[in-house]
Amino acid sequence: MKQFKGRVITPGEVTAEALVTREGFNTLASFQMALQFGDKEVKCGDQSNRDLYGKSMLGKALCLPQTIGSTTGGLVLYCACSMEKNPACMLFAGHIDSLAAAGAVLAEVWVDGVTMPVIDSLGEEFLAYVKDGMQITVKADGTVEVI
Amino acid sequence: MILTKEQQAILDGEKGETLAKVMKTLVMYGDAFEAEKLVPITSRYNHLVTSFGLKVMSPVYDLMQQLLDAGVASEQQFSVDPRPIDKNVPANFLQNLVFSKFMYTKQDFYEGQLEKLGLMDKNAFTCTCYMDEVGNKPKKGDILSWAESSAVVYANSVLGARCNRNSGIIDIMGSIVGYVPYFGLLTDAGRKATWVVKVQTTQKPEAQLLGSAIGMKVMEDVPYVVGLDKWIGTELDDAACAYLKDFGAATASNGAVGLYHIANLTPEAVELGESLVAEGAREYIIDDAELERVKANYPVIWKNPDAAPKLCFVGCPHLSLEQLKEWTVNIETELQKNQQKKITIPTVFTAAPAVLDAFTKTEYAARLKATGVITSYICPLMYMNNPLCKKMPVITSSNKLRTYTSARYYTDAEILNAITGGKNR
Repeated sequence: MKQFKGRVITPGEVTAEALVTREGFNTLASFQMALQFGDKEVKCGDQSNRDLYGKSMLGKALCLPQTIGSTTGGLVLYCACSMEKNPACMLFAGHIDSLAAAGAVLAEVWVDGVTMPVIDSLGEEFLAYVKDGMQITVKADGTVEVI
Repeated sequence: MILTKEQQAILDGEKGETLAKVMKTLVMYGDAFEAEKLVPITSRYNHLVTSFGLKVMSPVYDLMQQLLDAGVASEQQFSVDPRPIDKNVPANFLQNLVFSKFMYTKQDFYEGQLEKLGLMDKNAFTCTCYMDEVGNKPKKGDILSWAESSAVVYANSVLGARCNRNSGIIDIMGSIVGYVPYFGLLTDAGRKATWVVKVQTTQKPEAQLLGSAIGMKVMEDVPYVVGLDKWIGTELDDAACAYLKDFGAATASNGAVGLYHIANLTPEAVELGESLVAEGAREYIIDDAELERVKANYPVIWKNPDAAPKLCFVGCPHLSLEQLKEWTVNIETELQKNQQKKITIPTVFTAAPAVLDAFTKTEYAARLKATGVITSYICPLMYMNNPLCKKMPVITSSNKLRTYTSARYYTDAEILNAITGGKNR
Protein backbone atom coordinates (compact mmCIF):
# COMPACT_ATOMS: atom_id res chain seq x y z
CA MET A 1 0.00 0.00 0.00
CA LYS A 2 1.22 3.45 -0.82
CA GLN A 3 -0.18 6.75 0.36
CA PHE A 4 -0.27 10.07 -1.47
CA LYS A 5 -1.42 13.45 -0.23
CA GLY A 6 -3.17 15.89 -2.50
CA ARG A 7 -5.29 19.02 -2.40
CA VAL A 8 -9.05 18.75 -2.03
CA ILE A 9 -10.98 20.45 -4.84
CA THR A 10 -14.32 18.90 -3.90
CA PRO A 11 -14.54 16.83 -0.73
CA GLY A 12 -15.70 13.30 -0.08
CA GLU A 13 -14.63 9.78 0.82
CA VAL A 14 -14.76 6.81 -1.52
CA THR A 15 -13.14 3.47 -2.34
CA ALA A 16 -13.02 2.38 -5.98
CA GLU A 17 -11.00 0.55 -8.59
CA ALA A 18 -8.36 2.59 -10.39
CA LEU A 19 -8.69 3.49 -14.05
CA VAL A 20 -5.55 5.20 -15.24
CA THR A 21 -4.62 7.41 -18.15
CA ARG A 22 -1.27 9.02 -18.59
CA GLU A 23 -2.56 11.03 -21.54
CA GLY A 24 -4.76 14.11 -21.32
CA PHE A 25 -8.39 13.14 -20.64
CA ASN A 26 -10.65 14.66 -23.27
CA THR A 27 -13.92 14.94 -21.33
CA LEU A 28 -16.24 15.59 -24.27
CA ALA A 29 -14.71 12.93 -26.49
CA SER A 30 -14.69 10.43 -23.62
CA PHE A 31 -18.29 10.90 -22.44
CA GLN A 32 -20.34 12.15 -25.38
CA MET A 33 -21.39 8.88 -26.99
CA ALA A 34 -21.89 7.08 -23.68
CA LEU A 35 -24.12 9.79 -22.23
CA GLN A 36 -26.03 10.40 -25.40
CA PHE A 37 -26.85 6.83 -26.21
CA GLY A 38 -27.36 5.43 -22.75
CA ASP A 39 -24.27 3.27 -22.43
CA LYS A 40 -24.78 1.75 -18.99
CA GLU A 41 -21.07 1.05 -18.57
CA VAL A 42 -20.13 4.58 -19.66
CA LYS A 43 -17.28 3.37 -21.85
CA CYS A 44 -14.68 5.92 -22.87
CA GLY A 45 -15.33 7.04 -26.45
CA ASP A 46 -12.11 8.96 -27.04
CA GLN A 47 -10.38 7.16 -29.90
CA SER A 48 -7.21 9.19 -29.29
CA ASN A 49 -6.80 8.00 -25.71
CA ARG A 50 -4.92 4.74 -25.97
CA ASP A 51 -5.20 4.08 -22.23
CA LEU A 52 -8.96 4.44 -21.88
CA TYR A 53 -10.71 3.96 -25.22
CA GLY A 54 -13.49 1.41 -24.80
CA LYS A 55 -13.05 0.98 -21.04
CA SER A 56 -15.86 1.56 -18.55
CA MET A 57 -15.45 4.76 -16.51
CA LEU A 58 -18.52 4.36 -14.34
CA GLY A 59 -17.71 4.21 -10.64
CA LYS A 60 -13.96 4.06 -11.24
CA ALA A 61 -11.24 6.07 -9.54
CA LEU A 62 -10.11 8.01 -12.59
CA CYS A 63 -6.40 8.80 -12.30
CA LEU A 64 -5.15 11.34 -14.82
CA PRO A 65 -2.71 14.15 -15.53
CA GLN A 66 -5.33 16.70 -16.63
CA THR A 67 -8.36 17.10 -18.86
CA ILE A 68 -8.06 18.55 -22.36
CA GLY A 69 -10.20 19.56 -25.30
CA SER A 70 -13.53 21.30 -25.68
CA THR A 71 -14.76 23.83 -23.17
CA THR A 72 -17.95 21.84 -22.93
CA GLY A 73 -15.81 19.60 -20.70
CA GLY A 74 -17.06 21.04 -17.42
CA LEU A 75 -20.73 20.85 -18.31
CA VAL A 76 -20.29 17.33 -19.67
CA LEU A 77 -18.85 16.32 -16.30
CA TYR A 78 -21.71 18.14 -14.58
CA CYS A 79 -24.23 16.22 -16.70
CA ALA A 80 -22.46 12.92 -16.02
CA CYS A 81 -22.77 13.60 -12.28
CA SER A 82 -26.42 14.68 -12.59
CA MET A 83 -27.17 11.43 -14.41
CA GLU A 84 -25.09 9.39 -11.95
CA LYS A 85 -22.80 8.25 -14.75
CA ASN A 86 -19.67 9.75 -13.29
CA PRO A 87 -16.42 8.21 -12.11
CA ALA A 88 -16.31 7.59 -8.33
CA CYS A 89 -13.59 10.21 -8.02
CA MET A 90 -11.05 12.09 -10.12
CA LEU A 91 -7.44 12.11 -9.03
CA PHE A 92 -5.02 14.48 -10.71
CA ALA A 93 -1.27 14.09 -10.56
CA GLY A 94 -0.67 17.78 -11.19
CA HIS A 95 -2.68 20.96 -10.76
CA ILE A 96 -6.26 20.65 -11.89
CA ASP A 97 -7.18 22.40 -15.17
CA SER A 98 -9.97 24.94 -15.56
CA LEU A 99 -12.47 22.61 -17.28
CA ALA A 100 -12.21 19.79 -14.77
CA ALA A 101 -12.37 22.29 -11.93
CA ALA A 102 -15.52 23.80 -13.42
CA GLY A 103 -17.15 20.38 -13.77
CA ALA A 104 -16.27 19.38 -10.22
CA VAL A 105 -17.54 22.67 -8.78
CA LEU A 106 -20.75 22.69 -10.82
CA ALA A 107 -21.53 19.17 -9.62
CA GLU A 108 -20.73 20.07 -6.02
CA VAL A 109 -22.86 23.24 -5.95
CA TRP A 110 -25.75 22.34 -8.25
CA VAL A 111 -26.25 18.55 -8.04
CA ASP A 112 -27.94 17.17 -4.94
CA GLY A 113 -27.10 13.73 -3.64
CA VAL A 114 -24.03 13.01 -5.74
CA THR A 115 -20.53 13.12 -4.35
CA MET A 116 -17.51 12.89 -6.62
CA PRO A 117 -14.38 13.71 -4.65
CA VAL A 118 -11.79 15.49 -6.76
CA ILE A 119 -8.19 15.68 -5.56
CA ASP A 120 -5.29 17.31 -7.40
CA SER A 121 -1.52 17.80 -6.91
CA LEU A 122 -0.91 14.15 -6.00
CA GLY A 123 2.46 14.28 -7.73
CA GLU A 124 3.95 12.60 -10.77
CA GLU A 125 4.93 9.64 -8.57
CA PHE A 126 1.24 8.90 -8.04
CA LEU A 127 0.59 8.50 -11.74
CA ALA A 128 3.78 6.49 -12.18
CA TYR A 129 2.74 4.10 -9.39
CA VAL A 130 -0.97 3.55 -9.90
CA LYS A 131 -2.19 0.89 -12.35
CA ASP A 132 -5.59 -0.14 -13.68
CA GLY A 133 -7.46 -2.34 -11.21
CA MET A 134 -5.64 -1.23 -8.05
CA GLN A 135 -7.87 -0.34 -5.12
CA ILE A 136 -8.02 3.35 -4.32
CA THR A 137 -9.32 4.89 -1.12
CA VAL A 138 -9.86 8.64 -0.98
CA LYS A 139 -10.07 10.31 2.42
CA ALA A 140 -11.68 13.62 3.28
CA ASP A 141 -8.35 15.37 3.87
CA GLY A 142 -7.07 14.57 0.37
CA THR A 143 -5.11 11.46 1.34
CA VAL A 144 -5.22 8.79 -1.36
CA GLU A 145 -4.33 5.19 -0.51
CA VAL A 146 -3.40 2.85 -3.34
CA ILE A 147 -3.37 -0.93 -2.84
CA MET B 1 -10.37 34.91 -2.02
CA ILE B 2 -11.03 38.47 -0.94
CA LEU B 3 -14.43 39.70 -2.06
CA THR B 4 -15.77 43.24 -2.24
CA LYS B 5 -18.76 44.10 -0.04
CA GLU B 6 -21.05 43.80 -3.05
CA GLN B 7 -19.67 40.38 -4.02
CA GLN B 8 -19.84 39.14 -0.42
CA ALA B 9 -23.45 40.29 -0.16
CA ILE B 10 -24.36 38.27 -3.23
CA LEU B 11 -22.55 35.24 -1.80
CA ASP B 12 -24.40 35.70 1.47
CA GLY B 13 -27.71 35.50 -0.32
CA GLU B 14 -28.82 39.13 -0.10
CA LYS B 15 -29.85 39.01 -3.76
CA GLY B 16 -31.45 35.59 -3.56
CA GLU B 17 -30.46 31.97 -3.19
CA THR B 18 -29.86 31.30 -6.87
CA LEU B 19 -27.53 34.25 -7.35
CA ALA B 20 -25.70 33.15 -4.18
CA LYS B 21 -25.16 29.73 -5.75
CA VAL B 22 -23.86 31.36 -8.92
CA MET B 23 -21.41 33.40 -6.85
CA LYS B 24 -20.42 30.33 -4.81
CA THR B 25 -19.67 28.47 -8.04
CA LEU B 26 -17.38 31.26 -9.25
CA VAL B 27 -15.64 31.56 -5.89
CA MET B 28 -15.02 27.81 -5.64
CA TYR B 29 -13.83 27.79 -9.26
CA GLY B 30 -11.41 30.61 -8.47
CA ASP B 31 -10.28 28.95 -5.23
CA ALA B 32 -9.14 25.92 -7.22
CA PHE B 33 -6.58 28.24 -8.80
CA GLU B 34 -5.74 30.29 -5.70
CA ALA B 35 -7.41 33.33 -7.27
CA GLU B 36 -7.14 36.26 -4.87
CA LYS B 37 -10.08 38.22 -6.22
CA LEU B 38 -12.85 38.53 -8.77
CA VAL B 39 -12.34 41.12 -11.50
CA PRO B 40 -14.95 42.88 -13.65
CA ILE B 41 -15.67 41.60 -17.14
CA THR B 42 -14.93 44.41 -19.60
CA SER B 43 -15.87 43.01 -23.00
CA ARG B 44 -19.08 44.20 -24.64
CA TYR B 45 -20.36 40.69 -25.34
CA ASN B 46 -19.94 37.20 -23.94
CA HIS B 47 -19.66 33.99 -25.95
CA LEU B 48 -21.19 30.70 -24.80
CA VAL B 49 -20.22 27.22 -25.92
CA THR B 50 -23.53 25.42 -25.40
CA SER B 51 -25.67 25.83 -28.51
CA PHE B 52 -27.32 22.47 -28.73
CA GLY B 53 -30.64 21.31 -27.38
CA LEU B 54 -29.61 17.72 -26.81
CA LYS B 55 -32.19 15.68 -24.97
CA VAL B 56 -29.46 14.03 -22.91
CA MET B 57 -28.17 17.39 -21.66
CA SER B 58 -31.35 18.04 -19.71
CA PRO B 59 -29.43 18.89 -16.53
CA VAL B 60 -28.00 21.93 -18.33
CA TYR B 61 -31.43 23.20 -19.39
CA ASP B 62 -32.79 22.55 -15.91
CA LEU B 63 -30.02 24.68 -14.49
CA MET B 64 -30.67 27.44 -17.05
CA GLN B 65 -34.34 27.31 -16.09
CA GLN B 66 -33.41 27.74 -12.44
CA LEU B 67 -31.56 30.89 -13.43
CA LEU B 68 -34.49 32.18 -15.46
CA ASP B 69 -37.05 31.33 -12.79
CA ALA B 70 -34.98 33.23 -10.26
CA GLY B 71 -35.07 36.25 -12.56
CA VAL B 72 -31.31 36.38 -13.11
CA ALA B 73 -30.13 37.22 -16.61
CA SER B 74 -26.80 37.82 -18.24
CA GLU B 75 -25.49 41.36 -17.73
CA GLN B 76 -24.03 41.06 -21.22
CA GLN B 77 -25.60 39.91 -24.42
CA PHE B 78 -23.82 36.96 -25.96
CA SER B 79 -23.18 34.93 -29.07
CA VAL B 80 -23.17 31.16 -28.91
CA ASP B 81 -21.67 28.21 -30.78
CA PRO B 82 -23.22 26.97 -34.07
CA ARG B 83 -26.56 25.29 -34.34
CA PRO B 84 -26.39 21.48 -34.57
CA ILE B 85 -28.86 20.99 -37.40
CA ASP B 86 -29.40 22.50 -40.84
CA LYS B 87 -31.68 21.07 -43.51
CA ASN B 88 -29.14 22.09 -46.18
CA VAL B 89 -26.70 19.46 -44.99
CA PRO B 90 -27.16 16.02 -46.58
CA ALA B 91 -28.76 13.51 -44.25
CA ASN B 92 -30.72 10.38 -44.97
CA PHE B 93 -34.19 9.58 -43.65
CA LEU B 94 -32.86 7.73 -40.62
CA GLN B 95 -30.42 10.48 -39.71
CA ASN B 96 -33.13 13.12 -39.95
CA LEU B 97 -35.34 11.00 -37.76
CA VAL B 98 -32.60 10.58 -35.15
CA PHE B 99 -31.73 14.30 -35.22
CA SER B 100 -35.27 15.61 -34.90
CA LYS B 101 -37.02 12.92 -32.86
CA PHE B 102 -34.27 11.63 -30.62
CA MET B 103 -31.23 13.86 -30.28
CA TYR B 104 -32.06 17.53 -30.64
CA THR B 105 -35.59 17.52 -29.29
CA LYS B 106 -34.74 20.33 -26.87
CA GLN B 107 -33.33 22.67 -29.54
CA ASP B 108 -36.28 25.07 -29.80
CA PHE B 109 -36.78 25.06 -26.05
CA TYR B 110 -33.11 25.80 -25.39
CA GLU B 111 -32.95 28.55 -28.02
CA GLY B 112 -35.91 30.12 -26.25
CA GLN B 113 -33.95 30.01 -23.00
CA LEU B 114 -30.95 31.61 -24.69
CA GLU B 115 -33.08 34.46 -26.04
CA LYS B 116 -34.40 35.16 -22.56
CA LEU B 117 -30.91 34.98 -21.09
CA GLY B 118 -29.43 37.55 -23.51
CA LEU B 119 -28.68 36.13 -26.97
CA MET B 120 -27.30 38.92 -29.25
CA ASP B 121 -29.64 38.05 -32.11
CA LYS B 122 -31.29 35.00 -33.64
CA ASN B 123 -28.35 34.43 -35.97
CA ALA B 124 -25.58 34.78 -33.39
CA PHE B 125 -24.74 31.08 -33.64
CA THR B 126 -21.10 30.49 -34.58
CA CYS B 127 -17.80 29.42 -33.08
CA THR B 128 -16.12 32.35 -34.87
CA CYS B 129 -18.00 35.16 -33.15
CA TYR B 130 -14.93 37.41 -33.53
CA MET B 131 -15.42 37.73 -37.31
CA ASP B 132 -16.14 41.34 -38.33
CA GLU B 133 -19.41 40.24 -39.90
CA VAL B 134 -20.61 38.79 -36.58
CA GLY B 135 -19.44 41.66 -34.42
CA ASN B 136 -18.38 40.04 -31.15
CA LYS B 137 -14.74 41.09 -31.32
CA PRO B 138 -13.16 42.03 -27.99
CA LYS B 139 -10.45 44.66 -27.68
CA LYS B 140 -6.88 44.05 -26.55
CA GLY B 141 -6.81 43.77 -22.79
CA ASP B 142 -10.55 43.10 -22.40
CA ILE B 143 -11.47 40.64 -19.64
CA LEU B 144 -13.81 37.94 -20.93
CA SER B 145 -15.98 35.16 -19.53
CA TRP B 146 -16.02 33.21 -22.79
CA ALA B 147 -16.08 29.50 -23.39
CA GLU B 148 -15.52 27.61 -26.72
CA SER B 149 -11.91 26.54 -26.85
CA SER B 150 -11.20 27.79 -30.38
CA ALA B 151 -12.72 31.22 -29.67
CA VAL B 152 -10.92 31.59 -26.34
CA VAL B 153 -7.52 30.78 -27.82
CA TYR B 154 -8.15 33.19 -30.70
CA ALA B 155 -9.31 36.00 -28.41
CA ASN B 156 -6.27 35.57 -26.16
CA SER B 157 -3.65 35.08 -28.83
CA VAL B 158 -4.71 37.07 -31.89
CA LEU B 159 -6.80 39.80 -30.26
CA GLY B 160 -4.85 40.12 -27.02
CA ALA B 161 -7.95 39.84 -24.82
CA ARG B 162 -7.75 38.00 -21.51
CA CYS B 163 -9.82 34.90 -20.88
CA ASN B 164 -9.39 31.57 -19.20
CA ARG B 165 -10.54 28.35 -20.81
CA ASN B 166 -13.87 28.53 -19.06
CA SER B 167 -16.29 25.70 -19.25
CA GLY B 168 -19.83 25.93 -20.52
CA ILE B 169 -22.21 27.17 -17.76
CA ILE B 170 -19.27 28.90 -16.02
CA ASP B 171 -19.25 31.23 -19.05
CA ILE B 172 -22.75 32.58 -18.43
CA MET B 173 -22.33 32.61 -14.67
CA GLY B 174 -19.52 35.14 -15.11
CA SER B 175 -21.84 37.32 -17.17
CA ILE B 176 -24.62 37.05 -14.62
CA VAL B 177 -22.60 38.48 -11.74
CA GLY B 178 -20.31 40.56 -13.99
CA TYR B 179 -17.08 39.14 -12.57
CA VAL B 180 -14.60 36.34 -13.21
CA PRO B 181 -11.92 34.92 -10.89
CA TYR B 182 -8.51 36.44 -11.48
CA PHE B 183 -6.08 33.65 -12.33
CA GLY B 184 -4.25 31.94 -15.18
CA LEU B 185 -4.50 33.66 -18.53
CA LEU B 186 -5.94 36.81 -16.95
CA THR B 187 -2.62 37.51 -15.25
CA ASP B 188 0.70 38.65 -16.75
CA ALA B 189 2.49 35.70 -15.16
CA GLY B 190 -0.03 33.24 -16.61
CA ARG B 191 0.58 34.60 -20.10
CA LYS B 192 4.28 33.80 -20.06
CA ALA B 193 5.39 31.03 -22.41
CA THR B 194 6.75 27.86 -20.88
CA TRP B 195 7.57 26.33 -24.25
CA VAL B 196 9.58 27.68 -27.17
CA VAL B 197 8.46 25.99 -30.37
CA LYS B 198 10.87 26.30 -33.29
CA VAL B 199 9.27 25.83 -36.69
CA GLN B 200 11.96 24.51 -39.05
CA THR B 201 9.87 23.12 -41.89
CA THR B 202 10.88 23.44 -45.54
CA GLN B 203 7.42 24.67 -46.55
CA LYS B 204 4.48 26.48 -44.97
CA PRO B 205 3.19 24.05 -42.33
CA GLU B 206 -0.45 23.05 -42.51
CA ALA B 207 -2.18 25.14 -39.84
CA GLN B 208 -4.30 22.33 -38.43
CA LEU B 209 -1.39 19.89 -38.35
CA LEU B 210 1.04 22.32 -36.73
CA GLY B 211 -1.56 23.21 -34.12
CA SER B 212 -2.24 19.56 -33.43
CA ALA B 213 1.47 18.78 -32.93
CA ILE B 214 1.91 21.72 -30.57
CA GLY B 215 -1.30 21.01 -28.64
CA MET B 216 -0.37 17.39 -28.03
CA LYS B 217 3.11 18.38 -26.89
CA VAL B 218 2.47 21.38 -24.63
CA MET B 219 -1.04 20.40 -23.42
CA GLU B 220 -2.31 23.45 -21.49
CA ASP B 221 0.94 25.39 -21.43
CA VAL B 222 1.63 28.58 -23.37
CA PRO B 223 3.89 28.14 -26.41
CA TYR B 224 6.02 30.90 -27.95
CA VAL B 225 6.33 29.94 -31.62
CA VAL B 226 9.43 31.03 -33.52
CA GLY B 227 9.89 30.74 -37.28
CA LEU B 228 6.24 30.75 -38.32
CA ASP B 229 6.34 34.40 -39.40
CA LYS B 230 8.62 33.23 -42.23
CA TRP B 231 5.58 31.47 -43.70
CA ILE B 232 2.58 33.58 -42.70
CA GLY B 233 4.16 37.03 -42.44
CA THR B 234 4.34 39.70 -39.79
CA GLU B 235 0.95 41.34 -40.41
CA LEU B 236 -2.34 40.15 -38.95
CA ASP B 237 -4.08 40.33 -42.32
CA ASP B 238 -7.05 38.17 -43.35
CA ALA B 239 -4.87 35.26 -44.43
CA ALA B 240 -2.78 35.26 -41.24
CA CYS B 241 -5.88 35.53 -39.04
CA ALA B 242 -7.57 32.64 -40.85
CA TYR B 243 -4.40 30.56 -40.48
CA LEU B 244 -4.19 31.34 -36.76
CA LYS B 245 -7.90 30.56 -36.30
CA ASP B 246 -7.38 27.04 -37.66
CA PHE B 247 -4.00 26.60 -35.97
CA GLY B 248 -5.40 27.69 -32.60
CA ALA B 249 -8.45 25.44 -32.80
CA ALA B 250 -6.15 22.46 -33.28
CA THR B 251 -3.90 23.46 -30.34
CA ALA B 252 -6.99 23.78 -28.15
CA SER B 253 -8.72 20.55 -29.15
CA ASN B 254 -5.72 18.26 -29.57
CA GLY B 255 -4.31 19.73 -26.38
CA ALA B 256 -5.65 22.39 -24.05
CA VAL B 257 -3.88 25.52 -25.24
CA GLY B 258 -5.63 28.75 -24.29
CA LEU B 259 -2.96 31.17 -25.48
CA TYR B 260 -0.03 31.08 -27.88
CA HIS B 261 2.41 33.74 -28.97
CA ILE B 262 3.76 33.89 -32.53
CA ALA B 263 7.07 35.76 -32.70
CA ASN B 264 6.81 39.02 -34.69
CA LEU B 265 3.08 38.53 -35.34
CA THR B 266 0.64 38.26 -32.43
CA PRO B 267 0.13 41.45 -30.38
CA GLU B 268 1.91 40.54 -27.17
CA ALA B 269 4.80 38.88 -29.01
CA VAL B 270 5.25 42.03 -31.11
CA GLU B 271 5.09 44.22 -28.01
CA LEU B 272 7.12 42.17 -25.55
CA GLY B 273 9.16 39.79 -27.71
CA GLU B 274 11.17 37.08 -26.00
CA SER B 275 10.61 38.62 -22.58
CA LEU B 276 7.37 36.62 -22.75
CA VAL B 277 9.36 33.41 -22.45
CA ALA B 278 9.52 32.14 -18.88
CA GLU B 279 12.78 31.03 -17.34
CA GLY B 280 13.39 27.32 -17.86
CA ALA B 281 11.03 27.09 -20.84
CA ARG B 282 11.25 23.80 -22.69
CA GLU B 283 11.95 23.52 -26.40
CA TYR B 284 10.09 21.68 -29.15
CA ILE B 285 11.46 21.60 -32.67
CA ILE B 286 9.03 21.00 -35.50
CA ASP B 287 10.35 19.95 -38.87
CA ASP B 288 8.78 18.14 -41.83
CA ALA B 289 9.43 14.73 -40.28
CA GLU B 290 7.76 15.67 -37.01
CA LEU B 291 4.61 16.84 -38.78
CA GLU B 292 4.59 13.68 -40.85
CA ARG B 293 4.97 11.59 -37.67
CA VAL B 294 2.06 13.36 -36.00
CA LYS B 295 -0.20 12.91 -39.03
CA ALA B 296 0.72 9.26 -39.46
CA ASN B 297 -0.23 8.55 -35.85
CA TYR B 298 -3.86 9.67 -36.14
CA PRO B 299 -6.05 6.61 -35.67
CA VAL B 300 -8.41 5.64 -38.48
CA ILE B 301 -11.55 4.20 -36.95
CA TRP B 302 -13.56 3.67 -40.10
CA LYS B 303 -14.82 0.09 -40.34
CA ASN B 304 -13.33 -0.08 -43.80
CA PRO B 305 -10.25 2.17 -43.95
CA ASP B 306 -10.37 2.03 -47.75
CA ALA B 307 -14.01 3.12 -47.99
CA ALA B 308 -14.86 5.85 -50.47
CA PRO B 309 -15.72 9.08 -48.60
CA LYS B 310 -19.44 9.86 -48.51
CA LEU B 311 -19.23 13.37 -47.11
CA CYS B 312 -16.67 16.09 -46.61
CA PHE B 313 -16.75 18.90 -44.04
CA VAL B 314 -14.61 22.02 -44.29
CA GLY B 315 -15.01 24.76 -41.71
CA CYS B 316 -14.48 23.61 -38.15
CA PRO B 317 -13.98 26.24 -36.83
CA HIS B 318 -16.22 28.18 -39.20
CA LEU B 319 -14.62 29.59 -42.35
CA SER B 320 -13.91 33.27 -42.86
CA LEU B 321 -15.23 35.21 -45.84
CA GLU B 322 -11.77 35.20 -47.43
CA GLN B 323 -11.43 31.45 -46.93
CA LEU B 324 -14.76 30.89 -48.68
CA LYS B 325 -13.55 32.96 -51.62
CA GLU B 326 -10.19 31.21 -51.74
CA TRP B 327 -11.77 27.75 -51.66
CA THR B 328 -14.13 28.80 -54.47
CA VAL B 329 -11.24 29.75 -56.73
CA ASN B 330 -9.20 26.67 -55.81
CA ILE B 331 -12.09 24.29 -56.48
CA GLU B 332 -12.86 25.89 -59.84
CA THR B 333 -9.22 25.62 -60.84
CA GLU B 334 -8.90 21.98 -59.78
CA LEU B 335 -12.21 20.94 -61.37
CA GLN B 336 -11.04 22.40 -64.65
CA LYS B 337 -7.67 20.66 -64.31
CA ASN B 338 -9.38 17.34 -63.53
CA GLN B 339 -11.94 17.83 -66.30
CA GLN B 340 -14.84 17.69 -63.89
CA LYS B 341 -17.86 19.97 -63.77
CA LYS B 342 -18.87 19.38 -60.18
CA ILE B 343 -17.29 18.10 -57.02
CA THR B 344 -17.17 14.32 -56.74
CA ILE B 345 -17.81 13.98 -53.00
CA PRO B 346 -20.76 15.73 -51.28
CA THR B 347 -19.07 18.64 -49.52
CA VAL B 348 -20.28 21.11 -46.92
CA PHE B 349 -18.51 24.37 -46.15
CA THR B 350 -19.52 25.85 -42.82
CA ALA B 351 -19.40 29.50 -41.72
CA ALA B 352 -21.20 31.92 -39.44
CA PRO B 353 -24.67 32.98 -40.64
CA ALA B 354 -23.47 36.58 -40.95
CA VAL B 355 -20.40 35.49 -42.94
CA LEU B 356 -22.62 33.41 -45.24
CA ASP B 357 -24.88 36.44 -45.72
CA ALA B 358 -21.86 38.53 -46.71
CA PHE B 359 -20.62 35.75 -48.98
CA THR B 360 -24.00 35.55 -50.72
CA LYS B 361 -23.58 39.18 -51.71
CA THR B 362 -20.34 38.42 -53.58
CA GLU B 363 -19.95 36.94 -57.05
CA TYR B 364 -18.21 33.93 -55.47
CA ALA B 365 -21.41 32.53 -53.92
CA ALA B 366 -22.97 31.54 -57.23
CA ARG B 367 -19.65 30.21 -58.48
CA LEU B 368 -19.22 28.00 -55.41
CA LYS B 369 -22.80 26.78 -55.69
CA ALA B 370 -22.15 25.86 -59.31
CA THR B 371 -19.36 23.52 -58.19
CA GLY B 372 -21.86 21.62 -56.06
CA VAL B 373 -20.50 22.66 -52.67
CA ILE B 374 -23.16 23.24 -50.01
CA THR B 375 -22.77 26.07 -47.53
CA SER B 376 -24.17 25.84 -44.03
CA TYR B 377 -24.08 27.42 -40.59
CA ILE B 378 -24.10 24.00 -38.92
CA CYS B 379 -21.66 22.67 -36.32
CA PRO B 380 -20.13 19.65 -38.10
CA LEU B 381 -19.15 18.19 -34.76
CA MET B 382 -22.74 18.16 -33.58
CA TYR B 383 -23.90 16.74 -36.91
CA MET B 384 -21.48 13.83 -36.57
CA ASN B 385 -22.06 13.22 -32.91
CA ASN B 386 -24.15 10.05 -33.31
CA PRO B 387 -23.56 6.36 -34.10
CA LEU B 388 -25.05 6.67 -37.60
CA CYS B 389 -22.29 9.03 -38.62
CA LYS B 390 -19.70 6.84 -36.97
CA LYS B 391 -20.43 4.27 -39.64
CA MET B 392 -20.14 6.89 -42.36
CA PRO B 393 -16.78 7.62 -44.03
CA VAL B 394 -16.48 11.39 -43.60
CA ILE B 395 -13.37 13.36 -44.48
CA THR B 396 -12.32 16.77 -43.20
CA SER B 397 -9.43 19.18 -42.99
CA SER B 398 -10.39 19.98 -39.40
CA ASN B 399 -8.25 18.48 -36.71
CA LYS B 400 -10.89 19.40 -34.15
CA LEU B 401 -13.54 17.42 -36.02
CA ARG B 402 -11.11 14.50 -36.31
CA THR B 403 -10.54 14.58 -32.56
CA TYR B 404 -14.19 14.36 -31.56
CA THR B 405 -15.67 12.21 -34.29
CA SER B 406 -14.85 9.39 -36.69
CA ALA B 407 -14.04 11.90 -39.45
CA ARG B 408 -10.70 11.31 -41.10
CA TYR B 409 -8.23 14.16 -41.37
CA TYR B 410 -6.60 15.28 -44.59
CA THR B 411 -4.71 18.45 -45.39
CA ASP B 412 -6.51 21.20 -47.31
CA ALA B 413 -4.61 20.23 -50.47
CA GLU B 414 -5.58 16.56 -50.07
CA ILE B 415 -9.21 17.52 -49.48
CA LEU B 416 -9.18 19.74 -52.55
CA ASN B 417 -7.75 16.92 -54.60
CA ALA B 418 -10.26 14.40 -53.25
CA ILE B 419 -13.41 16.46 -53.75
CA THR B 420 -12.48 17.58 -57.26
CA GLY B 421 -11.85 14.08 -58.54
CA GLY B 422 -8.06 14.38 -58.60
CA LYS B 423 -5.92 11.38 -59.39
CA ASN B 424 -3.72 11.48 -56.30
CA ARG B 425 -6.29 10.07 -53.93
